[in-house]
Amino acid sequence: MVTILDYGAGNLTSVRLAFERLGAEPRVIARAEEWGGGRIVFPGVGSAGSGMAGLRARGFDALLRRAAAEGTPILGICLGMQLLLEGSEEDGGVEGLALLPGRCKRFDSAKAPGAKVPHMGWNTVGQGDRPHALWAGVPDNEAFYFVHSFFAPGNGAAAGWTDYCGERFAAAVAGGSIFATQFHPERSGAAGARVLRNFLAWEVR
Amino acid sequence: MLLRRLIVCLDVRNGRVTKGVRFQGNVDVGDPVEMAARYAADGADELVFYDITASAERRACDLEMVARAARALDVPFTVGGGIRGVEDMHAALLAGADKVSLNSLAVRDPEILTEGARAFGRQCVVLGMDARRVGGSSACPSGYEVVIRGGREPTGRDAVAWAREAVDRGAGEICLNAIDTDGVRQGYELDITRRISEAVPVPVIASGGAGAVRHLVDVFRQGGADAALVASMVHTMGFTCQGIKEGLRAAGIPVRGGTEVGHA
Repeated sequence: MVTILDYGAGNLTSVRLAFERLGAEPRVIARAEEWGGGRIVFPGVGSAGSGMAGLRARGFDALLRRAAAEGTPILGICLGMQLLLEGSEEDGGVEGLALLPGRCKRFDSAKAPGAKVPHMGWNTVGQGDRPHALWAGVPDNEAFYFVHSFFAPGNGAAAGWTDYCGERFAAAVAGGSIFATQFHPERSGAAGARVLRNFLAWEVR
Repeated sequence: MLLRRLIVCLDVRNGRVTKGVRFQGNVDVGDPVEMAARYAADGADELVFYDITASAERRACDLEMVARAARALDVPFTVGGGIRGVEDMHAALLAGADKVSLNSLAVRDPEILTEGARAFGRQCVVLGMDARRVGGSSACPSGYEVVIRGGREPTGRDAVAWAREAVDRGAGEICLNAIDTDGVRQGYELDITRRISEAVPVPVIASGGAGAVRHLVDVFRQGGADAALVASMVHTMGFTCQGIKEGLRAAGIPVRGGTEVGHA
């Protein structure tokens, strides 16, 4: 059972279809009360401020805290990943769910002349020396599809690293029953599909 | 490392993919979604569906096709042609498109770029620009003029100035199609590609003229393009995406592919 959270932060069509291609039957819910247990996918595109407001309005902030405490597998994607962290400097400063450490900052094109923001396109992801279960079958330095202007620092929660615009940032973060990606696995070809399949099979220990 | 993208363009005419030469004379080459899925499996980094007949017939793009593409594809895709306003953009994105390309409409009503970026984020808004070489003049200092309606109508606007304005208004990417070289297979227009790429802070896709791998190498190296769009090379000339990418890798251009993802 996999449930996708719809909190008004962008279009969930491609995430839903990606799980359907894997044979899953994802449920999309717009209120926390509709959650019937099972794995949670927390996607999102848009700004951190309106994303957090949308989460709270639907009770998803409390749902995610509870699910994380209970060890329910949670997959954050893009803005979803950023909102799982402590905060972001976007929209004048936004407090996140703080389920994992880190604060998001904006890419500064002054650090790398010619670098374009948003960071859009395929970039390689290093898995580090403690590979996570969600990387099973995915080669180190495989390419994934990114679209974002803010990034999370590569701290101890990082589970994948990417270089762009003079930064080495967290392409993925993990902790407990949470795995979250800055890139879009639903748009990242066979490698992305493998991450989603690994999420569906993930046994959190 | 950010990789250079190989984008396959499918011109759709009455629901079928066609390939034309300088917007004239078209041959049927197949079903758009089946072809797109094959190109994605072959290593295309992105697909573009351009509904040629939609705008001529003043109808919306084919949403049924967009929905089929969304079900089939696991890489990003853009739809263009037949977008008449923000409602059409919304419908295409809801059907599963990742981006919408605006061309003639953006010239006639530039506010659509701002409205689209505000409603959906600028990463969804691609400015499609057809440019024709005209020689430098006070109206077109870059020597390239923006044309619309498939090249039939000049606008009097300078291509570089329009690129800057479009990005200021909300475009998150520019697909630059050089009319003079489109379908001619003698290489991209490197000069205007480089000038636009240097002028704007968003990615630039070069389009029009690819007939050999070295044309892509040139447009990445000399044109400063972030992505290269191909059509007839893969539709009718016998190139594969993997083959093109092997050539690019051999020339030192970083591209996706070449590793195997386990399917266990």
